[in-house]
Amino acid sequence: MRRALWILAVLLSHWRRHKMQFATLLIGLIAATALWSGVQAINQQARSAYDRAAATFGGVRTAMLVAPNAATFPQELFIKLRRAGWPVSPVLEGRVQINGRSLRLLGIEPVTLPADVGNAPRLGAADLSSFVAPPGQTLVARETLADLQEPEGAAPAISNGAELPPLRVQPQLAPDVLVVDIGVAQRLLSKPDQVSRLLIGQPRGKPMPLASVVGEQLQRVEPNAETELERLTDSFHLNLTAFGLLSFFVGLFIVNSAVGLAFEQRLPMLRTLRACGASARLVNTVLVVELVALALVAGLIGLVCGYFIAAALLPDVAASLRGLYGARIPGQLTLRPEWWLAGIGISVAGALVAAATSLIKAIRMPVLATAQPGAWQQRQRRWLILQSCAACAVFAVALLLLHYGQSLIAGFGVLAALMLGAALILPAFLDIILLVGQRVARGPLALWFWADSRQQLSGLSLALMALLLALAVNVGVSTMVDTFSRTFIGWLNGRLAADVYISASDNAQGVAIRSWLKDRSEVQGILSGGRAEAQIQGQSVELLGLPDHALYRERWPLLEAAPRAWTRLVPGNAAFISEQLSRRLNVRLGDVVEVPAPGGTWELDIVGIYADYGNPKGQLTVNVAALIRQFPQTPQTRIGLIVARENISGLIAALQKQFGLDDRSVADQATVRAESIRVFNRTFAVTSALNAFTLGVAGIALLTSLLTLANSRLPQLAPLWAIGITRPRLAAIELTKTLSVALFTALLAVPLGLLVAWCLIAIVNVKAFGWRLPFHVFPLQLIELVAVALLASLLAALLPVARLARMQPANLIKVFANER
Amino acid sequence: MLSIRNLSKTFSSAGEPVHVLRGVDLDLKAGERVALTGESGSGKSTLLHLIAGLDAADGGTIRLEEIEVTKLSDAGRASLRRDRIGLVFQQFNLIPSLSVADNLAFQARIAGRHDAAWTKELVERLGLGSLLKRYPEQISGGQQQRVAIGRALATKPSLLLADEPTGNLDEATAEDVLALTRDLVARTGCGFLMVTHSLHLAATLDRHLTLHAGRIA
Repeated sequence: MRRALWILAVLLSHWRRHKMQFATLLIGLIAATALWSGVQAINQQARSAYDRAAATFGGVRTAMLVAPNAATFPQELFIKLRRAGWPVSPVLEGRVQINGRSLRLLGIEPVTLPADVGNAPRLGAADLSSFVAPPGQTLVARETLADLQEPEGAAPAISNGAELPPLRVQPQLAPDVLVVDIGVAQRLLSKPDQVSRLLIGQPRGKPMPLASVVGEQLQRVEPNAETELERLTDSFHLNLTAFGLLSFFVGLFIVNSAVGLAFEQRLPMLRTLRACGASARLVNTVLVVELVALALVAGLIGLVCGYFIAAALLPDVAASLRGLYGARIPGQLTLRPEWWLAGIGISVAGALVAAATSLIKAIRMPVLATAQPGAWQQRQRRWLILQSCAACAVFAVALLLLHYGQSLIAGFGVLAALMLGAALILPAFLDIILLVGQRVARGPLALWFWADSRQQLSGLSLALMALLLALAVNVGVSTMVDTFSRTFIGWLNGRLAADVYISASDNAQGVAIRSWLKDRSEVQGILSGGRAEAQIQGQSVELLGLPDHALYRERWPLLEAAPRAWTRLVPGNAAFISEQLSRRLNVRLGDVVEVPAPGGTWELDIVGIYADYGNPKGQLTVNVAALIRQFPQTPQTRIGLIVARENISGLIAALQKQFGLDDRSVADQATVRAESIRVFNRTFAVTSALNAFTLGVAGIALLTSLLTLANSRLPQLAPLWAIGITRPRLAAIELTKTLSVALFTALLAVPLGLLVAWCLIAIVNVKAFGWRLPFHVFPLQLIELVAVALLASLLAALLPVARLARMQPANLIKVFANER
Repeated sequence: MLSIRNLSKTFSSAGEPVHVLRGVDLDLKAGERVALTGESGSGKSTLLHLIAGLDAADGGTIRLEEIEVTKLSDAGRASLRRDRIGLVFQQFNLIPSLSVADNLAFQARIAGRHDAAWTKELVERLGLGSLLKRYPEQISGGQQQRVAIGRALATKPSLLLADEPTGNLDEATAEDVLALTRDLVARTGCGFLMVTHSLHLAATLDRHLTLHAGRIA
């Protein structure tokens, strides 16, 4: 043991003399652990929120019985089934509006509610009576209470004027959900004796066959392991994980270069230890122990940093998830013990992987040094050929995935393979460029410039790969976001047909407003719309009702349309379908979609497909009059107005005065447009933050590589100084060299980034969201990114170069000192 | 050609001043070949570094031809090394990324004094003809030192300074390398100051000086 401690002390003495290298190693490990753990913390937070939503009194994680062709069915079927031994419990679901805010209302029957409906919040025996007995209770999540701006115990009114039972906080509930007794729900939703579904508990004996009890009136739906929300958000979390993984690898690049250099510098020390009698096994064991100890320390620091990164990113992530998928994530971070353990584990594993080549070299190292059999150029050529072969193999995998892959994972696989292949082939590309430079160079310094850059390539390649990946991701994601932004704004201009938008608090107010508007001379047209919800093939679908008006025909953009599409919409047996829903249901023009409506199945011919960017739900657009006929409960609270520009502000002021409407209930087109764009920008805020993080880590990788290389480069630079090249000139050459390779890398990152953008737009987006965007290139943005890359490289190179420019001759002379 | 008067240099080691040179006087004529010996730490390499302008003296003067080296700026000393001085080190210090041919011509090209005929003659005399396309790490120590000597003489310098040029070579190779250097120095007519530990090699030059306690004994 004492011997091992002595060896450890000797090994650690290296770091005392190489503090910058030690800092580099720790920075790499901390950055890798912090970014990976930060992203995992966010994913964990989001997933637990989805679990809450899914487990709300038996979500899709519970087996259930539903009517095949209708939104609800008679309650007597529930009684029949209970009598036949089926452990079922009824649930009625609908939507209510409170102060213009739409919420999900769930009516449950607590006595029969199965005990095993996921991890749903349970009602204790004491609470049961106050929940069921009048006036009853409305269970809500704490967030919902805050959103409604109501105190616990309040009984707010819904849009039809009915009052909810007093509100009571139930912490495990998902946000935007109101839970009441089923009798209360039937009254509030005006659906007496109706049930949406029956949750199935664990049967005690063998119940009678379903068909023999209820015939074909109900069908069984098996539980899903993954909720619709989880499926929808998979791509987002995969994207986030990909960013985390990228940063993790970039961090490991830093560790790899630091450990590699430390190993080379400690070779004589290791040989001396072996020569002094320390066994190879003991030396190697102590090397591993030293690395694991450093990884543990760095891992702990990294976890703390990861927590702060996650806390800083969470509001943006929550905004993105809400904007893209309508998912609600609590803004406060809660972490489980397994997160801490996984973080430490990933730090240790990452350190061991990053140091693997050095450790293998140490294990195989002979006690006596042997001469190098080949020149650096031969070794470099061999390394470049091997790496290029690996790159070609990875590109082949990308092609196969592109051709045969169908899933979202395959889409991300194409992206990953593309980037890995590009990173692997980068040194070969740079070597060719530098070789051409060397061939055409005339002066001796120019010749040295190119030749030395080539020789430095192996030392810098990992940092340059990191820079390439970070830049390509930046170019790709920024191009995708800007393409989305341009498309979205163009689309929004078409979609926002009306000049003023009104949202009445209830139907009565809606009627009053419409009647008042008819007498206003400045109002050129009233566009009354409506929205309802339905379940189609197990998916929640929004039904949008539009009035028949020339304005829509002129401005509402359709991606594909059958002849006379708008005219065919009027009778009420045709619909337009949103692009994402058409992909999800595999529906094309001319197909028929069956919508379960309260009065039975509503068959709709699909006569148009339209883009519906940013809407997490699938949507069908129908004639509003037909919608109200099929869904009589549709709130008629949405009104659009056509008004001349100069009359808008006066009309809004008059509406506010007459009906007490606030700014949320009445807004002009410009305000709605600005708000939509603000929400859109917020949706991608997390992308910008992650882009900045990855570029920052790549910058650190470059800085640490240059700093560690700077120390080992003295023997190459000192002879040039001795020959008569001044230190400032040498520093200027070094700076130019770094900037040159960074520029070449950045230029190669541009086409790679555009390819990444194409993959995101044409493959990943289509699979994840269901919409395909037109591809746009933004030259100014590309120039800006190349400039940022050069600036990052300049900053990274500045410190080592400044040190060289100001280096004391004594340090350079040391290279020539014979008695070293 | 080289005139040194009362040269002094002090270093600081662990906070204590170490007087390495305490008033060195030395003269060297054009074409003269001088060996400088002395025990370890006597200041031989320091003296060579000061003459080459790699370091600045604390006191005294160094004059090379008409130039007073001790009055030159950093850039002036760099220019002096480039144009008038050839340097040979024990560790060879070739540029690993350049081939033997490019290493040989490097200093002469930088100084703007490249003479293809002279470089060709150097290649022949140093026996490097078959090694021109190789890289430093592909050739032996003796061969590397011959390239270093060729590089130093390619500019036809006024003064060739060599710090233990044979220290890393075996005895036979060391004698070969030194014989070649002597011939080439004679051919160019430059001055030659060589630091060495070998009394045997020192005896082969025109004059032998010993540095002791910071002074020429």
